[in-house]
Amino acid sequence: MVKEYMFPMGGIHLKKYKITTDCPIIDAKIPDIVTIPVKQHIGSPAKTLVSKGDKVKVGTLLADADGIVSSDVHSSVSGEVIKIEDLPSSSGYEEKMISIKTEGDEWEASIDKSDKIIQEINLSPEEIIAKIREGGIVGMGGAGYPTPIKTAVPEGKKVELLIVNGIECEPFLTADDRLMVEHAEEIIMGARVINRALGIQNAIIAIDENKPKAIEALTTLSKRYVGVNVKVCRTKYPQGGEKQLIRAITGRELPSGKLPVDIGCIVQNVGTVFAVYEMVLKNKPLFERIVTVSGDGCRHPGNYRVRIGTPISSLIEETGGLSDDVNKIIIGGPMMGNAIVNTSAPVTKLTSGILLLKDDSFSKKEASACIRCGKCALVCPAGLRPYAIKQAVTFNDTTECLRKLHAGDCIECGCCSYICPARIPILDYCKIAKQEIRKK
Amino acid sequence: MNDLILLNMLILGGTAFVAALILYLVSKKFAVKTDEMVISIAAALPQVNCGACGKAGCADFATACARADEPSFANLYCPVGGAAVMQKIASIRGFAATDRAQSVAVLRCQGSCQNAPAKIAYEAISSCRIANRISSGQSGCPDGCLHIGDCVKVCKFGALSLDKTSNMPVVDSKKCTSCGACVKICPRGLFEIRKQSPAGGMVYVACRNKQKGAIARKNCSKACIACLKCTKICDQIKVENNLSYIPPEVDAGVFGEELAKSCPTSAIIYKERVHG
Repeated sequence: MVKEYMFPMGGIHLKKYKITTDCPIIDAKIPDIVTIPVKQHIGSPAKTLVSKGDKVKVGTLLADADGIVSSDVHSSVSGEVIKIEDLPSSSGYEEKMISIKTEGDEWEASIDKSDKIIQEINLSPEEIIAKIREGGIVGMGGAGYPTPIKTAVPEGKKVELLIVNGIECEPFLTADDRLMVEHAEEIIMGARVINRALGIQNAIIAIDENKPKAIEALTTLSKRYVGVNVKVCRTKYPQGGEKQLIRAITGRELPSGKLPVDIGCIVQNVGTVFAVYEMVLKNKPLFERIVTVSGDGCRHPGNYRVRIGTPISSLIEETGGLSDDVNKIIIGGPMMGNAIVNTSAPVTKLTSGILLLKDDSFSKKEASACIRCGKCALVCPAGLRPYAIKQAVTFNDTTECLRKLHAGDCIECGCCSYICPARIPILDYCKIAKQEIRKK
Repeated sequence: MNDLILLNMLILGGTAFVAALILYLVSKKFAVKTDEMVISIAAALPQVNCGACGKAGCADFATACARADEPSFANLYCPVGGAAVMQKIASIRGFAATDRAQSVAVLRCQGSCQNAPAKIAYEAISSCRIANRISSGQSGCPDGCLHIGDCVKVCKFGALSLDKTSNMPVVDSKKCTSCGACVKICPRGLFEIRKQSPAGGMVYVACRNKQKGAIARKNCSKACIACLKCTKICDQIKVENNLSYIPPEVDAGVFGEELAKSCPTSAIIYKERVHG
């Protein structure tokens, strides 16, 4: 019998809505003006290196990492810096952004623009990590944790396994799926690059069983390379979570407050692995990414290769414009994403999808009282009691109580809100609890 | 038969007597000594346990009052009870009551439905804390009132209410005890406990927006645009981060009217009398 890879605790089975699975990646139009935020990652904002009036090319370093937990930011277009100031982001709050007026499309000379796939890796592990840092690569699954820190294993710890996360368990999103189908070899090479940096020979590419094309493409190719294997996982949301994926693949449970490296694993998203390949072997820093534009309110859903800093409004325009009955625009997936208030905000390194939803596609029922059915606890993949956390937050209970309930271990997957028969947005309460814990 | 009943009564009665005796002796031996003064002071306090005095509750404040000597007693103040309660406590202790200027909570925002029209619809949980986390709010002002009213729910004295037309919280200065609960709950720090000036007036900037003037005005017609006009009237006023702040030391009776008149966006509010 074939072993089934799936995390055992909690989780839900969602409708897929992956309408863009067969849409090839299209290059999106380069906008007239891009606004590039200096903070697109966890940690401190990058220090701006350019000033108003400077000419930049595609791939020019705009801002330098400030401290260890930070990341470089590169220009995604060629042109002139027109202003550096605080502009509203997708949530409406202001962030420091660099605006560049596009003139032509001139790339930095060092970038290898050819389609040729490079097979040899001649760099030492230290050089690879330095390159990843130069490329401004961050975890593109959504967390935005700078990749060089993850790749540099702390002393005294031993990594045995690299897991490449190609699960993409959120409904609608197909960006990673398409990337695996169209750039399978690059992803395998990227995994080998990271393996070399880690000094190991063992990488597993984990893919959900609902992506047959990606599985086929990667399985046939991976047979040619030693140390790269493909594992097919049974579909369940949130299998793409770091903890859940490690549990599904290795059977190891990640203890609360520990990092994957403590149990000998490193998990990288396929998008990140692809970006590592492009930077290390082709000298191309992270300045564009694949974005799925989808949803029932979208006229031409598809997967687009978008320059970072492209306004969301111009991307929507390209996919057929905003129809009147679109009531909600979401960045990310429908489970974990956020509704946005400002369409002039830019696409960042972490924007995996843009969903345009009509009025009838989301529930508008009022929340009623908790009926204590315990379904939220049943589906919680982190093994928490979301109803108790909600209660504690409602009554302004002390942080101590929230610590006892381990709200900090919540992965914000949204299973509890999805399953709740009383329509209580439990996830929002859990987010507050996490915020309160962080404050103390 | 009768003997048996009698025997039972004697045994049970005897046990009950011995137990009562033990309980009586124990309660005498281990009695907790309570200070009469603490009890009488506690009786004079409002007993709402709000913590506005800086102590853990009314009992804690009463103990502190009973133990304080004259100079340290002057530092203790119950903002909820006000001067009347402090007078009572001072007479219990036999000290002279110190006089304090009355203070009241003020809302430093004028972003009502009319001044700052809503651009998006908010449909999530009715809690300011969550709304503040999700987005900059319906009007687009990242520092303005969110119109949900966490402050109204938290006020123990019924001094706050949401106005139906403007959708803004309104402070009833007669009921406000300046306990500071609204200051703590507001995720955007819009409330401030301000002391009134000697003449009983008050002047403050009713805006917290730190954006540049042009951007701030786009979202709200009564935003502070940091034009520096107020600093020319009174040099104690400081403008930092595109926002003016009038320190409580500025005498409202002297500068108030002129400041309110000079402000081009009417972001400065002047009240001639706060109480009554």
